[in-house]
Amino acid sequence: MVNLTINGQKVSVEPGTTVLEAAKKLNINIPTLCNHPDLCVAGNCRVCVVEQEGARTLIASCATPVSEGMKIQTNSLKVRNARKHIVELLLSEHRSDCTKCYKNQKCELQALANEFAFGESIFLDLVEDHPYTIDRSSPSFIKDDSKCIRCQRCVRTCSELQFISAVAVANKGKHQKISSFHDKPMSHVVCTNCGQCVNRCPTGALVEKTYIDYVWDAIYDPEKHVVVQTAPAVRVALGEDLGYDPGERVTGKLITALRQLGFDSVLDTDFTADLTIMEEGTELLTRLKKILVEGDKKTKLPMFTSCSPGWIKFIEHKYPEFLPNLSTCKSPQQMFGALVKTYYAQKRKLDPAKVVSVSIMPCTAKKYEADRPEMRASGYKDVDYVLTTRELAIMIKQAGIDFRALEPSHYDSIMGESTGAAVIFGATGGVMEAALRTAYEIVTGREVPFKNLNITPVRGLEGVKEASVKIEGCLNEWKFLEGIELRVAVAHGLANANRLMRKLRKGEADYHFIEIMACPGGCIGGGGQPIPTNEEIRKKRVAAIYEEDEHMIFRKSHENPEIIGVYKEFLGKPNSHKAHELLHTHYTERESY
Amino acid sequence: MAETGLNKVDLIFEQVNPKDVLKKAYEMTSEEIIKEILESGLKGRGGAGFPTGLKWKYTAAEKDPEKYVVCNADEGEPGTFKDREILDRVAYKVYCGMAIAGLAIGAKQGYVYLRGEYKFLLPKLLKELESFHKILAETGYDFRITYRLGSGAYICGEESALFESIQGERGEPRNKPPYPTVSGLFFKPTVINNVETLVTAMMIIHHGAEAYRKLGTKDSRGSKVFSVSGDTPIPGIYELELGMTVQQFVNEFGDGDTKAVQVGGASGFCVPRKRFADTIIGFEGVPTGGSMKLFNSSRSMYNVLHNYLEFFTEESCGQCTPCRVGCQQLLKGIEKVKKGEVKSSYLNELMKLADTMKLASKCGLGQSVGNAFKTIVENFREEIIY
Repeated sequence: MVNLTINGQKVSVEPGTTVLEAAKKLNINIPTLCNHPDLCVAGNCRVCVVEQEGARTLIASCATPVSEGMKIQTNSLKVRNARKHIVELLLSEHRSDCTKCYKNQKCELQALANEFAFGESIFLDLVEDHPYTIDRSSPSFIKDDSKCIRCQRCVRTCSELQFISAVAVANKGKHQKISSFHDKPMSHVVCTNCGQCVNRCPTGALVEKTYIDYVWDAIYDPEKHVVVQTAPAVRVALGEDLGYDPGERVTGKLITALRQLGFDSVLDTDFTADLTIMEEGTELLTRLKKILVEGDKKTKLPMFTSCSPGWIKFIEHKYPEFLPNLSTCKSPQQMFGALVKTYYAQKRKLDPAKVVSVSIMPCTAKKYEADRPEMRASGYKDVDYVLTTRELAIMIKQAGIDFRALEPSHYDSIMGESTGAAVIFGATGGVMEAALRTAYEIVTGREVPFKNLNITPVRGLEGVKEASVKIEGCLNEWKFLEGIELRVAVAHGLANANRLMRKLRKGEADYHFIEIMACPGGCIGGGGQPIPTNEEIRKKRVAAIYEEDEHMIFRKSHENPEIIGVYKEFLGKPNSHKAHELLHTHYTERESY
Repeated sequence: MAETGLNKVDLIFEQVNPKDVLKKAYEMTSEEIIKEILESGLKGRGGAGFPTGLKWKYTAAEKDPEKYVVCNADEGEPGTFKDREILDRVAYKVYCGMAIAGLAIGAKQGYVYLRGEYKFLLPKLLKELESFHKILAETGYDFRITYRLGSGAYICGEESALFESIQGERGEPRNKPPYPTVSGLFFKPTVINNVETLVTAMMIIHHGAEAYRKLGTKDSRGSKVFSVSGDTPIPGIYELELGMTVQQFVNEFGDGDTKAVQVGGASGFCVPRKRFADTIIGFEGVPTGGSMKLFNSSRSMYNVLHNYLEFFTEESCGQCTPCRVGCQQLLKGIEKVKKGEVKSSYLNELMKLADTMKLASKCGLGQSVGNAFKTIVENFREEIIY
């Protein structure tokens, strides 16, 4: 252990601990800006400087490991003056249109300014000295260089967590900026729209593109029937933006709030998550049959899940040779959209042209996904507007709803019924678990051999997870699978996905089925989720997801009565012609820059 | 130079047989080499002045079998051009110094990081390197040197940014600690020395620490190569014993009308005429990596400062706030003061900002911008305002 003194208080910590962490142990708060618990230390904003006795300069507490006998002052006059200067300097480069900024009152720089730099500015305004661009090219987010403070959280997120580096540091000195490849618009580079950078940007430099006003317009249009779907991960995180602690489930209140906002029908993406399992599970079994029984060379394994639009764009850019391995199933959001303007409209006797379909997603990439030209199977734009969890919280506040006081209620029908298997789509490993629960039962007629249906090897926040299930006692139709050890893998966060893909490319790994989610932790850690998101918070959201699963009446997708209904009345059977038309898609190879 | 009291030395450019020096070093243990360098009192000749022997000692103490010797030849400080001359004339001595450092710390690989603008020297340097590798082969000493070229960024002369650059990354300084002696090039224990330091170290092994210690003062042992420029009738490269005052220097090199000397380049200190007599050039006074720029009364110190600040606003790597934004504020600030758009008392705020930059910047670049700023504004305030 290393002993040191901070503000006169003694503390003992493990070697390698930073001064910042040691101070935290003493409940001494040191302000930070570039620091983020998910990312490597940068030490470049310098907001966290402290005074070390005997040192020539101040030291960055986030980047300095403790040493024996160190004497630290976190709040000396020297420190305060430097900190004030640093915040003032950051402000001088930042276009402070705070009252109109999307991040107003949620901005970390603003909070620091409030604390250290209120009143008249000391320094000259530099904003107009820098030519800046506001890049609105992505349907998912806006990149506004004039609000960037060069903390490089986005750069580190994109390279460390996602292994994409769609944004990187360009130029030096006063020209330094965060840029894309050759300054191309974000819509034209390798960016997956995952929004992990948006989730970590401390200012308004990276924010989601908001569609709130379009949704309000639709709600207040008497001609329109506005349907809303909510993704599984939203119900375990929305509360955080409305004053709840991380990990609190607010499903019932969420439904009531949506109804109060004026949506005509409040439905559940979980319904199409169950549908995805039916389609994807059948696709997997069909692929296995084609390869094992028919010896088809064109059919590829392992099959990859296709629910995560960030992952789809990643593989299109970086591993296009594996596109035939991607399940052709649309994501639950898009299956939902396609059904809303066909099946739902027919059943409810609505003109699909007058149906507006809105989705509430933990994700910014879903905005991009809804805009893809393939996503018009219904003859209309299947999903009209995608809002993030954060945007929904804003709408609830705009409407003056007292969220805490709401009575919980249930989803509308049809397309509101779901199972525990669908809920767990929100956490990494969830799609895999749901698929196994159903596929195993289809093949053997028995439940998966895991206690209480909980397939624990694919759960948890480890970067890459592996599991295998031995298939025994197959029903007649599936005898060709008898004795096969079904090998599966799960990765979340694109850097982990990349590790797995690299192995596959080299032929060093062999699986039948792989689940990949673009965001760390899966959808619960999505780019559209409440800020902050970090490992601790992800764990709490994951726990809430599995709690929700345990509370469901049905826990296997094929048991969902509305799923049975939709096949009976509309789709026929899984992977039928109609299902292919509406629920499946294709992919595009893209450049890797 | 006798009448001005300056002692011209010929150590760096003195021709020696590298084989003899190598053989001598080869017969010494690592501890003996390091002891010799420590006793010589040699401090880094790049400008920062860290004791060379300590650097070697710390690196030698690391257990890692993979270690590196790096020669910092990214000579970028405005007004410094002595490393170019050393490489041009006695490159073999640089290589020899690197090999000795390799012996001392247990490294088998050396890198020379050559300033991009010195590319024209490369064919000649590589040819000499080939000969040197032959000498190494003859002595049976397993050590190789490789060249890496910079691309014109001043910041890549900062040791950790230099490592990043060699590693193929963006040239940005790292957080310290860990220092290069523990985690340097490729995150391995590394000795990184300036061109002149390596040659001096080699000559210390050649002549012995005892002889070297006779030159210079208690805090600034030995001699140093100076790059003399500006308002002087005799600009050029001079190797001089340390310990002289600025006055002695001006007497030798000035044009009779010297009003200020910028010691140590843009990141160094401005010494005004009234301080010439009591300012020693060396670590007890104003340290320098070699740059000595003389200004006579026809020069505007506003222009001088403006030029330095323009340089820094371009050459800051841009990652840390105090340096990236601070440089721009200092520059824009003096422009506004000059134009009368802000009160002249705004200079006081800028002086405080310069202090913050010194205290809170991540690396030596940002930390030393305030040196020139403060010494020029303090001594030539009226030239900045009017």
